[in-house]
Amino acid sequence: MQDVFKLGEKFYQSRLIVGTGKYKNFEETRNAIEVSGAEIVTVAVRRVNITDPHKENLLDYLSPNKYTILPNTAGCYTADDAVRTCRLAREAGVGNMVKLEVIGDDRTLFPDVPATLEAAKVLVKEGFIVLPYITDDPITAQKLQDIGCAAVMPLAAPIGSGLGIRNPYNLRIILEQATVPVIVDAGVGTASDAAIAMELGCHGVLMNTAIASARDPILMAEAMRLGVEAGRKAFLAGRIGKKLYATASSPLEGILA
Amino acid sequence: MRPYSQPPSGGQSEYGFFMKIHINGEEKEIAEGLNIAGLLEQLELRPGRVVVELNRAIISRETQESTSLKEGDVLEIVHFVGGG
Repeated sequence: MQDVFKLGEKFYQSRLIVGTGKYKNFEETRNAIEVSGAEIVTVAVRRVNITDPHKENLLDYLSPNKYTILPNTAGCYTADDAVRTCRLAREAGVGNMVKLEVIGDDRTLFPDVPATLEAAKVLVKEGFIVLPYITDDPITAQKLQDIGCAAVMPLAAPIGSGLGIRNPYNLRIILEQATVPVIVDAGVGTASDAAIAMELGCHGVLMNTAIASARDPILMAEAMRLGVEAGRKAFLAGRIGKKLYATASSPLEGILA
Repeated sequence: MRPYSQPPSGGQSEYGFFMKIHINGEEKEIAEGLNIAGLLEQLELRPGRVVVELNRAIISRETQESTSLKEGDVLEIVHFVGGG
């Protein structure tokens, strides 16, 4: 069965989006991402170290010809900083899709919702394909969708926490009203978390720490690929309803007397 | 401009002149009249892998050659790094 994932202007086979942070080195980054099957990878925009210019560049390991590069605005605490970061990222020539995050607090890394809305308005107007990281708030999701964001990306739990899907009910409400893809961004800890997100009907999952900080990142990348695939297939297949009491699987007729 | 880099009598100095600019938050002395393409070359940075912002305005790759730097300029040179 053909089940493609449309995000922005492109179609993807994989519904797993992965980050490129926290790996031991660029080789491990490349290998884990290869195994994850992801076709979209997030990157951060940072100052070049001019006193010791590192000759190797992340993009030497992750070719923009092979992957959709999704720059983020991690570390931005104001709408202006986020917009500025996106403009710089676009100038790098890897497209105009951005992961918008305006952080509100460095302990929780929860988003500053009003600032995110403000930045999203500017970016959409400037022609960016905006994928905003938000709390699992259906009202905010609705507003960002109305502004013209190409997806909404509610967190499952705080960034890097690995707590999993803390509020499946909010995700369900967000999904019910969404006319754009809903991508769970942040909080996934293990493969079953990714599967649960997909079983709920989410269109994709974005993660970084769960893979990069696993004891064996390459093996976890594979587990996440399978988790996302399993969850997606289960969602499409349609799970059975939950019942309190048993229903026999074997026929009740013809039982030996 | 450093006092000792002033031309002795308004003419040209064989030593060239220097000017101070800020690159990524650090003060640097560079040759007067250097353009952005030349600076990137001096810093051994590949133009295709970095983005340059001069006094808060992005300088596209096409205009790096024609954009000369001047005393007090504030430059940001960024690239992509691993992130989530």
